[in-house]
Amino acid sequence: MAKMTMVQSINLALKQEMEGDDRVIVLGEDVGKDGGVFRLTEGLFDLFGGERVVDTPLAESGIVGMSIGMALYGLRPVCEIQFSGFTYQAFHQLESHAARLRRRSRGRFSVPMVMRAPYGAGVRALEHHSESREAYWAHTPGLKMVIPSGPRIARALLVSAIRDPDPVVFYEPKALYRAFREEVPEEEETFPLGKSRMVREGADLTMISFGAMLPPTLEAAEQLKTQDGVNAEVIDLLSISPLDDALFTESVRKTGRAVIVHEAPRSFGAGAEILSRILEKSFFYLEAPVARVTGFDVVVPLFARETAYLPDVPRILRAARGILKT
Amino acid sequence: MPRTRIDLPYHVERLSILDETGKVDTELAPELPDEMLLKIHRYMLLTRRFDERLLALQRQGRIGTFAPVTGQEAAQLGTVAPLRASDWMAPAFREAAAELWRGRSLESFILYYGGFDEGGKLEESRNDLPISVPVGSQTLHAVGISYGIKYRGKDDVVVTFFGDGATSEGDFHEAMNFAGVYQTPTIFVCQNNQWAISVPRSRQSRSQTLAQKALAYGFPGIQVDGNDVLAVYAAASEAIERARKGQGPTMIECETYRMLMHTTADDPKRYRLEEDVEPWKARDPILRFQKYLASRGLLTEEEVQGLEEEIKTEIRDAVSRAEALMETLGDPLDMFEHTLEEMPDTLKEQREELIQELEAVGKEASHG
Repeated sequence: MAKMTMVQSINLALKQEMEGDDRVIVLGEDVGKDGGVFRLTEGLFDLFGGERVVDTPLAESGIVGMSIGMALYGLRPVCEIQFSGFTYQAFHQLESHAARLRRRSRGRFSVPMVMRAPYGAGVRALEHHSESREAYWAHTPGLKMVIPSGPRIARALLVSAIRDPDPVVFYEPKALYRAFREEVPEEEETFPLGKSRMVREGADLTMISFGAMLPPTLEAAEQLKTQDGVNAEVIDLLSISPLDDALFTESVRKTGRAVIVHEAPRSFGAGAEILSRILEKSFFYLEAPVARVTGFDVVVPLFARETAYLPDVPRILRAARGILKT
Repeated sequence: MPRTRIDLPYHVERLSILDETGKVDTELAPELPDEMLLKIHRYMLLTRRFDERLLALQRQGRIGTFAPVTGQEAAQLGTVAPLRASDWMAPAFREAAAELWRGRSLESFILYYGGFDEGGKLEESRNDLPISVPVGSQTLHAVGISYGIKYRGKDDVVVTFFGDGATSEGDFHEAMNFAGVYQTPTIFVCQNNQWAISVPRSRQSRSQTLAQKALAYGFPGIQVDGNDVLAVYAAASEAIERARKGQGPTMIECETYRMLMHTTADDPKRYRLEEDVEPWKARDPILRFQKYLASRGLLTEEEVQGLEEEIKTEIRDAVSRAEALMETLGDPLDMFEHTLEEMPDTLKEQREELIQELEAVGKEASHG
């Protein structure tokens, strides 16, 4: 086992999948010799050559559209869009084609591709480099949308995404790229898409979060324990779509209280869907209103104000304590 | 230091082999076996008659909206006739002639335009994509497939169809650019039918030809008389040959005309005059090809009549079969199939919800 950052663990997943399957092709802007602007594809060009680690012209729709064609031909393209803020130029290709070709062809074709993109705020970046728009993809039937929260799970989830028979949008929390290291085994690890995982057990409160918001959520859970004697259960959602409501339903029915934490704007965000499911399936188990701690319905401000935009431990704690009182 | 002229490696040629009177340039005419010529003629006629039949079915309310192809038969059949079965085709939504040639059944069109997703099912034998409605977007898939072909060291090629309107779309330019950069075996076939619904060719681009757009991406572009099936065949064969040999993509602009409406939901009288259409009637691709075949002694008037009867029966039978099939289809639960390979729990729940709903509706109905 080696201690790895998320950058290294994702790189490991790409490398091992490319070694094991010559259908896997990595493409995108600067993914070749440069190794990607965040160095996620570092070393792959030297190992696999320019035909499999493909530097593309600067055109997001082109990258995704070409990936769709590759997937239709039977390859397993993993394309990188440099920032999720630039994926919108490819929105049409994913929504109109990647997500629909299986249905349109009645199962003759499928589009086993992955679109990777770093998302989220907190790295003092320029405009278009800080947003969190997973809901766009989650709202599209036919697409899968997943977000890892740490090095080890990122590697396992990406391996599963690459092997998945359907198109997967894989958002990488760039604030966590080098935030901490974890042991990542050399041998294969996968994690099924469409499943969440329990990362902390407790009986008093359910906290649901994902991606870069998981660490502050866990930290808030620790403080609730030490300062308030409250045992919070924390669920790492991982799969925004398909949404695994079984795990949080079970938890909420046990605790009767829930806080949902994400950095995307609140309205129509993932939290809205989670909350709806809680109301539909666990209404009579609830002891208090469900709280959402989210980004605001604004354009992410430039970095001088981004910490005020992002949910943090004090905000999560305030929300949790608010519903624990009732 | 001085101001110099940069000579580009390509210029734009225009190719025309068979004129309106049926006269042929024997120097340029591709050498085709008689059976191939007759097969092309048969598919031209089948497509035309099928178009007419679909239009009638639509006007009778038996099918929904569709995009007629009349006038563009040569542009499509000339392109696909030189293809092998293992080659690929990425059509737009007005490629009935090309799709029929490649093996799509008449029934599947009727089912599709009759509102049944089942009509989109592709035969395993066809390396073709289903129709693509968002204009120009399929060109990128063609490039991805051809990248795959090149990566696998195969000598297959990919043909993608689009119209003059599509040359204004970003995806078209990205596809052309990617194909140029990677030198993929892609043949970009623009059916310039002069109209994007109501917007004429002159409003799509100031470019003198559409073919010249290829030059900007570093590969050849050629304009052909798109109503001349021999010219289209010759240009397509050349492009296919180049692509097979690893010499990269080609763009072919077929100058043709959309003789009917954009789709059956459109009324061309609002934006074009009958006088605009008139000259193109004389340029009809089928008439001139029939004259040519007759002049070569390959097709008599009686044989045309016989073929017309045969096609009429073929279409009539297909309509009967498709309409009979429609009676048996229509299970609403089909909508849940083919979204993802494995149906997620969320979707299973929603499917169950519709089952309950349908049962409730059924019960209400039976209780009067």
